[in-house]
Amino acid sequence: MKLSVAIASAIEALFANMLRSFLTMLGIIIGVASVMTMMAMGQGAKARIDAQISALGASTLTMRPGARRRGGRSLGAGAATPFTEADVKVLRSLPFAHLVSGQLNSSVTAVSGQTNWSTSLTGSDESYFAIHDWKPTQGRLFNAREVRSGAALAVVGKSIVKNLFDGMDPIGQRIRINNVPVTVIGVLEEKGQSSFGSDRDDVIIIPLTTARNRIIGAHPTTPKNVSRIELMVADGYDLKQAQNDLGEFMRERRHIKAGADDDFMVFNIADFIRARAATQSTMGVLLAFMAAVALFVGGVGVMNIMLVSVTERTREIGLRMALGARGSDIMVQFLAEALVLCGTGGLIGIIFGFAGAWVAAKTGDWALSISPQITLISLGAAVAVGLFFGFFPARRAARLNPIDALRYE
Amino acid sequence: MTKTPFIKARAVSKTYIMGDQEVHALRGIDLDIAQGEFTAIMGPSGSGKSTLMNLIGALDQPTSGHMLIEGHDLSTMRPDDLADLRNRTLGFVFQQFNLLPRANALQNVKLPLRYARHRSIDADARARECLELVGLGMRMDHRPAQLSGGQQQRVAIARALAGNPRIILADEPTGALDTKTSEDIMDLLGRLNASGITIILVTHEPEVADFARRQIHFRDGRIESDTRRPR
Ligand SMILES: Nc1ncnc2c1ncn2[C@@H]1O[C@H](COP(=O)(O)OP(=O)(O)OP(=O)(O)O)[C@@H](O)[C@H]1O
Ligand SMILES: [Mg+2]
Repeated sequence: MKLSVAIASAIEALFANMLRSFLTMLGIIIGVASVMTMMAMGQGAKARIDAQISALGASTLTMRPGARRRGGRSLGAGAATPFTEADVKVLRSLPFAHLVSGQLNSSVTAVSGQTNWSTSLTGSDESYFAIHDWKPTQGRLFNAREVRSGAALAVVGKSIVKNLFDGMDPIGQRIRINNVPVTVIGVLEEKGQSSFGSDRDDVIIIPLTTARNRIIGAHPTTPKNVSRIELMVADGYDLKQAQNDLGEFMRERRHIKAGADDDFMVFNIADFIRARAATQSTMGVLLAFMAAVALFVGGVGVMNIMLVSVTERTREIGLRMALGARGSDIMVQFLAEALVLCGTGGLIGIIFGFAGAWVAAKTGDWALSISPQITLISLGAAVAVGLFFGFFPARRAARLNPIDALRYE
Repeated sequence: MTKTPFIKARAVSKTYIMGDQEVHALRGIDLDIAQGEFTAIMGPSGSGKSTLMNLIGALDQPTSGHMLIEGHDLSTMRPDDLADLRNRTLGFVFQQFNLLPRANALQNVKLPLRYARHRSIDADARARECLELVGLGMRMDHRPAQLSGGQQQRVAIARALAGNPRIILADEPTGALDTKTSEDIMDLLGRLNASGITIILVTHEPEVADFARRQIHFRDGRIESDTRRPR
């Protein structure tokens, strides 16, 4: 008997018992919807993490003075010797360094006309923008010459435009940062929230020298200090390897004895975000568990109803055998019914899965991403359940003795 | 005129075990049926008629002895080969018609052709042909519930014919029908026999048995008499 014929008659048989078929499908529907939501969530979360990583620089190492926290005790950054512009210069000559930028950060109050705004100030060199792949939407960025000369210029994020200039064009406008006047020359493209929930567009970026000399002030013992160095690893170099090499290089440069703790830290932002994302996946685990339970319960339901169906139709099976059906024909017939049951449940489940994924995307604030693979895998799960739990009832039907089946009351 | 026997029973016994009781349904039957014969099997209730039909129909196996069809010993055949034999060589007609209630007449007649292997049959055309033959060309899309008992039995006969069988086994085919309808059915079976199909029929009614040229009487699991009426 052809499979298409078997499936057609299976569909007919299921329609004959519509309510029962639907109730049987319920578990499969829930299971498949969960599988789908789970996978869409996983994919959406991964896409978001990847976006965050690439926004922060997938190949960027960040270095700060200070020891790694251990035993609850932390040597503050102030306790360790800060990095300097000289460090930045030397690091630029390392083979694996594509771009290196030194930075100073501070919280400041910015004033434009009558408006005050508390924001964060970053003093940096021109490499900063390239490392962060951050382009201006209006005006321009400052260049190396302006960094050297300590020009009183500022590039601002979108939130500054909104909060300090009420959305008006800020190019050429003056703002006073902690009473130091600077001229806005550029507005940066929007980056949105960081994974930590802070507004990445709420920044003012000015040349490093300007920030140190006129606003933040130099370190008491280390002139030309920077509070942080970012290093973008050149193409073709392994990030982990570069992270190690950079650490080694700095230990040597800072004369740290073998066995002594580092007095600085090298971060790999990508690792950091991934580690954080891993703790967020509990929801995914929960859904996976729910999907498995629902599919299992659904499968047992299918098996139960198939066993009932085999018993109800024992005489029909006997008749078919008398007409020449082989055991395998009967097997195919009942497997087809289990498959159609689960497949239909799977299709309905996929519809609910889309809805679930959509809700998850809304609440989780990421783009809805349902790939054809996800849909296929979900349907595949349903079909697999159908095959697995349909097998036993189908085999029972196939093994019936023709005369016993035919005379069954 | 002698014909080669192509249904042979040799010392066929069937014993059912019911708890600690043995029921001897058949007690050593020897029987030859030639190709093209029209045989009626009669006898009291419980004398083993249906049991023998099931053995000839390859639906069941004897407890001892051998059942041969066209020279093949059924006890040595595998289940799949028995299924193919039923599909290809045998046609069944039951007292209770045994039609699929949700399928229409045409679909019911096509059913055995679904299981036809190694044969290319235009199932639709063949099923229509068979329904025409039993006089139901106008009722093809009726469901069993929309047909009279006699019409249902004719659908069942059309179904038995669909696979082009050489043997039709009919266990009390008129048992659920009135006299007039019974006669129609027997006329139909007579015509099929005239076209060369071997027919074995179980019945309690002498008028029905009179359509057959050979009558075998069973009693208590044994053949009591076996008579042929001259042509
Ligand atoms: N599956 C079975 N299990 C136990 N005993 C059986 C079974 N089938 C038939 N028998 C017994 O075997 C004997 C012969 O039964 P069979 O059905 O062949 O009779 P029959 O001649 O067809 O009778 P009827 O005219 O009533 O149909 C009976 O005594 C019956 O009770
Ligand atoms: Mg009987």
